[in-house]
Amino acid sequence: MDSSRLWLLRPFGERSTLIFLGVLLAAMTLVTLLHVAVPPGHPLYVSAYTVNLFGKYLSYALLAVAVDLVWGYLGILSLGHGAFFALGGYAMGMYLMRQIGDRGVYGHPVLPDFMVFLNWDSLPWYWLGFDMAWFAFLMVLLVPGALALVFGFLAFRSRVTGVYLSIITQALTFALMLAFFRNEMGFGGNNGLTDFREILGFNLRSSDTRLGLFLATGVALALSYVLCRAIVTSKLGRVCVATRDAEARTRFLGYRVERFQLFVFVVSAMLAGLAGALYVPQVGIINPSEFSPLFSIEIVLWVALGGRATLYGAVIGAILVNYAKTVFTGAMPDAWLFALGGLFVLVTVFLPKGVAGLLALRLRRRRNGNGSPSVKEAAA
Amino acid sequence: MRYPPMLGPASAGVRVGTAAAGNERASETRGSWLLVLLLALALALGLTQAAPAVAQSEPNGDDEVANELLEALDVASFPAKGEAIEAIVLSEDPRARDWLQALLDGRLQRTDEGRFVVVLDNTGREWPVQDALSGEPLGEMSRRDLDRIGINNALRNQLRSAIAVVDLYSSDLALRRASAERLLGEVDADLAEPLAAVIEEEPDARVRERLMQALAIHRLEQGEIEAVADLRGSLHPRVRVALSRAANGDEPLVADAAREALNSVEQMLKVNRVVETLYFGLSLGSVLVLAAIGLAITFGVMGVINMAHGELIMLGAYTTWAMQQLLPGQPGLALILAIPAGFMVAALAGVAIERGVIQFLKGRPLETLLATFGISLILQQLVRTAISPLNRTVITPEWMSGSIAINDALSLTLNRMYVLGFALVVFASLMLIMRRTRLGLEVRAVTQNRAMARSMGIRATRVDIMTFALGSGVAGLAGVALSQLTNVGPNLGQNYIIDSFMVVVFGGVGNLWGTLVAGLSLGVINQVLEPWAGAVMAKIIVLVFIILFIQKRPRGLFPQKGRAAEG
Repeated sequence: MDSSRLWLLRPFGERSTLIFLGVLLAAMTLVTLLHVAVPPGHPLYVSAYTVNLFGKYLSYALLAVAVDLVWGYLGILSLGHGAFFALGGYAMGMYLMRQIGDRGVYGHPVLPDFMVFLNWDSLPWYWLGFDMAWFAFLMVLLVPGALALVFGFLAFRSRVTGVYLSIITQALTFALMLAFFRNEMGFGGNNGLTDFREILGFNLRSSDTRLGLFLATGVALALSYVLCRAIVTSKLGRVCVATRDAEARTRFLGYRVERFQLFVFVVSAMLAGLAGALYVPQVGIINPSEFSPLFSIEIVLWVALGGRATLYGAVIGAILVNYAKTVFTGAMPDAWLFALGGLFVLVTVFLPKGVAGLLALRLRRRRNGNGSPSVKEAAA
Repeated sequence: MRYPPMLGPASAGVRVGTAAAGNERASETRGSWLLVLLLALALALGLTQAAPAVAQSEPNGDDEVANELLEALDVASFPAKGEAIEAIVLSEDPRARDWLQALLDGRLQRTDEGRFVVVLDNTGREWPVQDALSGEPLGEMSRRDLDRIGINNALRNQLRSAIAVVDLYSSDLALRRASAERLLGEVDADLAEPLAAVIEEEPDARVRERLMQALAIHRLEQGEIEAVADLRGSLHPRVRVALSRAANGDEPLVADAAREALNSVEQMLKVNRVVETLYFGLSLGSVLVLAAIGLAITFGVMGVINMAHGELIMLGAYTTWAMQQLLPGQPGLALILAIPAGFMVAALAGVAIERGVIQFLKGRPLETLLATFGISLILQQLVRTAISPLNRTVITPEWMSGSIAINDALSLTLNRMYVLGFALVVFASLMLIMRRTRLGLEVRAVTQNRAMARSMGIRATRVDIMTFALGSGVAGLAGVALSQLTNVGPNLGQNYIIDSFMVVVFGGVGNLWGTLVAGLSLGVINQVLEPWAGAVMAKIIVLVFIILFIQKRPRGLFPQKGRAAEG
């Protein structure tokens, strides 16, 4: 109906959303131009590798937005969002595996290489249908969504909150990691799914496909951002924030808190699944390490660094941390865990509102026109 | 998890050399007619399997004869070697056993000059050797200058039996026990008669029982139904093999008796399996309790989520390793000293974490979680950079290794027993501290109502520090104990942090008894599930079980009641 359309369009009336979308669009256009129009070898040329890297950052940013939605606006610190991300990734990976067809090492027309290696003679039932793109893409959203629905239903109904919820989400992703490491699960065990060739008929190794995937990720991020903003600014979003700040009081006001929590949690899980699905074709592999509790907690750090409950802060955090990771692991791999660990401590102790908090502070100062830049730095 | 192998007959022989000499039986006085009989039998039948024995009674140290004996070994044909081995046994040379053992181990070698030597240690590039005849050390020799006297599997069997029979006449009790163990299922017609006489003379009950069983197996094979009675109740695998062979035999009477005996054995084995599962479950549970009990204090009592708890455990384990590096050759002393040292190291690290980070994040549990997670990453990387990314070896002292044999099919490893006891001691002391000391009283007061406690004159900050030091120190103790059971490496802590949180949450936050019950029961559940689900699947099932359990009872097995629960 009309009102529902308004609900989705409301974010376009916000300045912050417009700025975010503008910056994202500009960045995407710039990268595309520099990749296509500038000849290779020119200092401004953006290589296919870099485009791929940016695409990876954008899918991480989408994941961070999903985590910020539940942590920032619902107060649920999920240490298991990596599980939803990985499930979406596996769904995509299964589709890409089926696309290999008989071009695998063993040349089996249907079975992926690792199944031939395990002497399986037919596809397990849960692999059926993944040769069809529409089915696989649907599963990318439905599988994480279903897990979040069941898990969230049980957890929110019995009012498991706070630290307890964080710890059992961590246990969830840990259990899934152990399960996916098993060869008998039929997801390639330790090695995961890899050796992908094409997606929707496009060769995954060509630079055009990579550019396309980068742009698709950017568009997905933009749309998800608008969707999240729409949820957050709606009445439902207000109830969520009220739940975050005073759950018991919201309950007493007559709201069925657990339904709101469940809805937002499931949406967030689906977005995480989408991020995973966009991530897998760009990096070319999905394995159980994406389920590791360390990865899930790293996502939370991106959000914390960028700034909770802003959504754009999550995007900034994800890109900053992952850019730092690329630089660090290339230059001095030993120092990366020191830097990451130090970031955790510094951000939580000294920067509770993250980079976005700094930006907002600066903006407010400028608008009020008081304080010199040096004072601003000190205040930060 | 590492489980030491079950002690079987094969490994029993390893201990032969170190065990103390047995009773005072003088082998010289034993009836030498027995020997003669054995030897005569062996000779007459030209055995290759159970070779006869020789006593080490009359020294016959003629080196020339001995050299000829050894010379006969250095021939190409294996049957000829077999005869040479028999000749050595018959020579009654006191060095015969050493030669046979060396030959069996491939350590009897020949130098380029044709001298026979025994290699003492064939691990490195240069081997220390001694003269096979005079026994004088000849220094080290390159492996290239030595020729090994090769043997095949048939000869190996012959050698083993020969050595076992030689050992049966030894005055060393441990040697006799090992040899009786080896003879089980190896007795044949030629050995049976002399063996019966040996049994009568044997003073040690255990050796006697073994030899009786060895003989009974042989009698059973001959179709004697009375032999079943001697074998009933034994859980030894070889006895079971013999019984089941008889149960499938042609003679109906014997088969029935054997089947019946076998059934009672199966019953006992079932009991065995239950005991074993329970033991391993409790052992795993005690590890979980140790890892979680410190967390139960910092998280349960103080409400601080310390994700670096696992790394404090790791620090305790590394302290043990460092202690053993400082005191080389005394792993036992180092381990005992590591208990206070590990406690101190982890407690100091805990205090540093509390003062450095956690005190600034009071009342913000989720931020505390993230910050301490950062600390855990830093500590892990610190160990990787400063020590090594590889696992370190922590030696298990002699008094902790080995196992207690409950019966033939069940032996409980000692190190797990010690860790189980250690966990209980640590738990009991913690309970004492929390219930009976001033510190415990203050901790409980601050936990229940901080403002009120402070107005009563309790220095809350000091209590915070002490509590955190205590919880961290206990993590260090857990590390010391874990170093005896699992690999000591940078990832040690990570492997336990999720389990520890699960145990605390499952048991009920703020309740030490809950942690004990939860840890032990999760350990046992895990072990019960393992046989039919596999190790990884069992772990997954337990995790899912806890996740579901928390939905049902969000406050754990033993929830805190009253006002404290609302905090």
